[in-house]
Amino acid sequence: MSNAETLLDVSGLTKHFPIKGGFPISRTVGAVRAVDGLDFQVREGESLGLVGESGCGKSTTGRLITRLLEPTGGKVVYRGQDITHAGRKALAPIRSEIQMIFQDPYASLNPRQTVGKIIAGPMEINDINPAGGRENRVRELLEIVGLSPEHFNRFPHEFSGGQRQRIGVARALALEPKLIVADEPVSALDVSIQAQVVNLLQKVQQELGIAFVFIAHDLAVVRHFSQRVAVMYLGKIMEIADRDDLYDNPRHPYTRALLSAVPEATVEDTPRERIRLVGDVPSPINPPSGCRFRTRCWKATEKCASEAPPLVQVEGNKAGHLTACHYPETDDVPSPRLTKSPRAAA
Amino acid sequence: MLRFLVRRVSGAMVILLIISAVTFWLFYAIPRDPAMMSCGKNCTPENLEQIRKNLGIDESILMQYWHWLVGVFAGRDYAGYGYCDAPCLGYSFANREPVFGTIMDRLPLTLSLAFGAAVVFLIIGVGAGMLAALKQGKFLDKFASSVSLLGSSLQIYFVGYIAMFFLVSELGVLSQPSYTPLTENPAAWMSGLLLPWLVLAIIFTANYTRMTRSQMVEQLSEDYVRTARAKGLSKRNVFFRFAWRGAMGPIVTLFGIDLGVLIGGAIITETTFSLQGIGRLAIQSVNQSDLPMLLGVTVLAAGAIVLFNIVVDAVYALIDPRIRLA
Amino acid sequence: MTSTEQQPFLSVRDLKVHFSTEDGIVKAVDGLSFDLAKGKTLGIVGESGSGKSVTNLTILGLHDRDRTAIDGEIVLDDKDLLTATERELERLRGNKMAMIFQDALASLSPYHTVGKQISETYRKHTGASKKEARDRAIEMLRRVGIPQPDVRVDDYPHQFSGGMRQRAMIAMALVCDPELLIADEPTTALDVTVQAQIMDLLKDLQQEFGTAIVFITHDLGVIADIADDVLVMYGGRCVERGTKEEVLRDPQHPYTLGLMSSMPSLDGPVDVPLAPIPGSPPSLLNPPTGCRFHPRCAFVEKVEGGLCSSEQPALEVVKGRGSACHLPPAQRSELFADFAGSRLN
Repeated sequence: MSNAETLLDVSGLTKHFPIKGGFPISRTVGAVRAVDGLDFQVREGESLGLVGESGCGKSTTGRLITRLLEPTGGKVVYRGQDITHAGRKALAPIRSEIQMIFQDPYASLNPRQTVGKIIAGPMEINDINPAGGRENRVRELLEIVGLSPEHFNRFPHEFSGGQRQRIGVARALALEPKLIVADEPVSALDVSIQAQVVNLLQKVQQELGIAFVFIAHDLAVVRHFSQRVAVMYLGKIMEIADRDDLYDNPRHPYTRALLSAVPEATVEDTPRERIRLVGDVPSPINPPSGCRFRTRCWKATEKCASEAPPLVQVEGNKAGHLTACHYPETDDVPSPRLTKSPRAAA
Repeated sequence: MLRFLVRRVSGAMVILLIISAVTFWLFYAIPRDPAMMSCGKNCTPENLEQIRKNLGIDESILMQYWHWLVGVFAGRDYAGYGYCDAPCLGYSFANREPVFGTIMDRLPLTLSLAFGAAVVFLIIGVGAGMLAALKQGKFLDKFASSVSLLGSSLQIYFVGYIAMFFLVSELGVLSQPSYTPLTENPAAWMSGLLLPWLVLAIIFTANYTRMTRSQMVEQLSEDYVRTARAKGLSKRNVFFRFAWRGAMGPIVTLFGIDLGVLIGGAIITETTFSLQGIGRLAIQSVNQSDLPMLLGVTVLAAGAIVLFNIVVDAVYALIDPRIRLA
Repeated sequence: MTSTEQQPFLSVRDLKVHFSTEDGIVKAVDGLSFDLAKGKTLGIVGESGSGKSVTNLTILGLHDRDRTAIDGEIVLDDKDLLTATERELERLRGNKMAMIFQDALASLSPYHTVGKQISETYRKHTGASKKEARDRAIEMLRRVGIPQPDVRVDDYPHQFSGGMRQRAMIAMALVCDPELLIADEPTTALDVTVQAQIMDLLKDLQQEFGTAIVFITHDLGVIADIADDVLVMYGGRCVERGTKEEVLRDPQHPYTLGLMSSMPSLDGPVDVPLAPIPGSPPSLLNPPTGCRFHPRCAFVEKVEGGLCSSEQPALEVVKGRGSACHLPPAQRSELFADFAGSRLN
């Protein structure tokens, strides 16, 4: 991809949360390696999905690129400007261009403020006065997100969960951002409401040309919303590709296992392929050596334990399809069905 | 556990050091000369100088504090009194008695008051709270709640004087508060302290009733209580075997604070009931500019509060396995 | 039901559960009937406020008795649970009927070891000795796939991972070989790979013990994986029921159709927007008149005479298959196919 259209360039991104302990004087005795060396780009107007199970570091990644957290290592470059360790002042102009939408629409809105005040908040903080005034802009935003402009003076508790998430979207749109980081924006919502919000976000992305980093655990929602998808596991990207490549031709065993574990609401005469991973995700405090997935992988060998596979375009991948695996999946070799009886890793 | 104790006890030491130093410094901020007070009417400069020397206040404040500290840990040689064994808190300026001995004489009364009252208000308070939680929304619950609201708005001296007037002077059901050591005559010990215990209990019980009730009600709505019911345990069983453990944590915390309050705040209680405990000793020592006594009492009260805090945290960990001490 | 040949093991008839609150009466469940045969799984689907969880707490008798008015009949193996005494229910709970919940961390006591919580149930119902009960707890932990069960038996729940806690809860529920297991969103809080493990485990255990399972979920995918029969709930009522194949292949109620078309899939078209159900779930305090789904329904205008808003459609069940909708059945497949087709164009 050419540099001109790269909005966000992340390289070697790392976040280790120190663990305090020790005796008699408290010191750092270890670290939760929440994010451990990520490389990815977000192009203008594109939606990148970050999927993975709990503890894979996807939410931390979202907080790092919005600089709610400061990275331990690596680089975050936004439109050519290195913001990895930028201070408050340097970040101020960028804050208005990168916005965030949160999972819990109940907790992320101030219950004592009217909807109008909540949505106008970002404009006030950044001292932005749109033509026609802030109030008009708020009414316009309310309409964009499918609420009525009359809702201006109401309080968050008067709205349902889905409507509250719409308010969150309106707030994020207030400053005409170039990038929105959405952290599990629909996972707290009922299925029927979830679809309303996904459609809204999709409309916003397409009509306003806003780039998204869409963080979710639901593979189907991510597929629906993102043009490119990165699969994370224990702080690393296992595989990143254009949507269709990733879902139709997963090369990483973890991606394949993840896809096969999603229950689909269809009744088929021939059962789908089922890969059952054994055990749980290991602790990010003490991740496995080499490839992080090897403790649950049916293909793991000595090499996987000693050598971390690089995230590269493995043979047979299309351009832009990167996989971090020593033994990538191929179409003609079916993955073995694992023992049906569950056996957890020690 | 050992780690926890070492860390917390050393922390407590630092706190006590700071408190004693501040007390020392504050004492000398008051423009009163203790030597002058014991010198009497026919005071000559030589006499005054000798008294200063005897009291150990002829040195700079810093040196005085240092000597006091050394005395606490290693004992100390007093010019006017001879050697004083560790833990040496010095001799009273007022009556020249050793401070440590005086405190040890008075302490049993204050402890009897505090722990006796604690037993009464814990049993009544927690019991009533449990009952109220068990009978949520019923008459008993509302009754306990209103009574406890009333109790918590009262003050010791108010309730104390009224109780003494009616129960002792008018009706004569209880005897005038007095102290007989427990080891000497348990019955007299009890009857002498019964009135202060009951009065303290009236004040403190209320908090425990309310806290126990709200904690139990909260625990009863927890998912794990529902699970316990779903596996066939009876309501009563769940109440007494599961819910109380979750409810205990905050109650233990409150209890730790209140014990500290009872000992540190013995002044009001003992004055109200004319009992000669640590609290009265504190007032006396302030009135008489008796630095060693004041220091001793202050450090003791602070030490009690710090100690109860450590105990509370340790008990907390015993109740809740999720808490690890370090 | 598909299994009409057998006497139903659990039978719920016209169940009504109404709570009184400060704001009025909440009609959480309003006339629900279903049957379940031994060894079968009934999936109950619904969104928040559909009454699916309340129904199951009521089966176990765990609702708040002071504030709940209940009507109808719940019969478990010839025993009417609604007229049973608390004593009788206590004997049944954990023994003949057991329940597992969504949030295993909150649902296990943080103050007792996992082993203690399992053995307690066993001792309560069998009168076994401490030693026997502990051995049984270890055996159950092994059965549900906990590694080193003889060591982990003395752990507290917080020392387990999320998936292991759910396994421990299953072990606790199954320790007395219950004939009925009620699973209330047991996999919702879990990651997909762990969810798959737990569902396999439940299926294995069901085959081994012949347990009847009521599986409550909001996820049609989970239903497709585990259920034999499906019951779709909306606003405290059943709107559609049938076998899993019938309901998922050929939904007969607009709500079921709406749920299915709201869900993104792993192989459907991606360039068309999802077809959400407009609006929000109904308030059970003031449910809509007529069909409770009509304010959100795409087909209201296809029914003549404003019937949808004036009259409650009856649930007519033939051989276990039925739906509660005023749309003439003959028209439905065409209308529904058009609806699905319009999304693609």
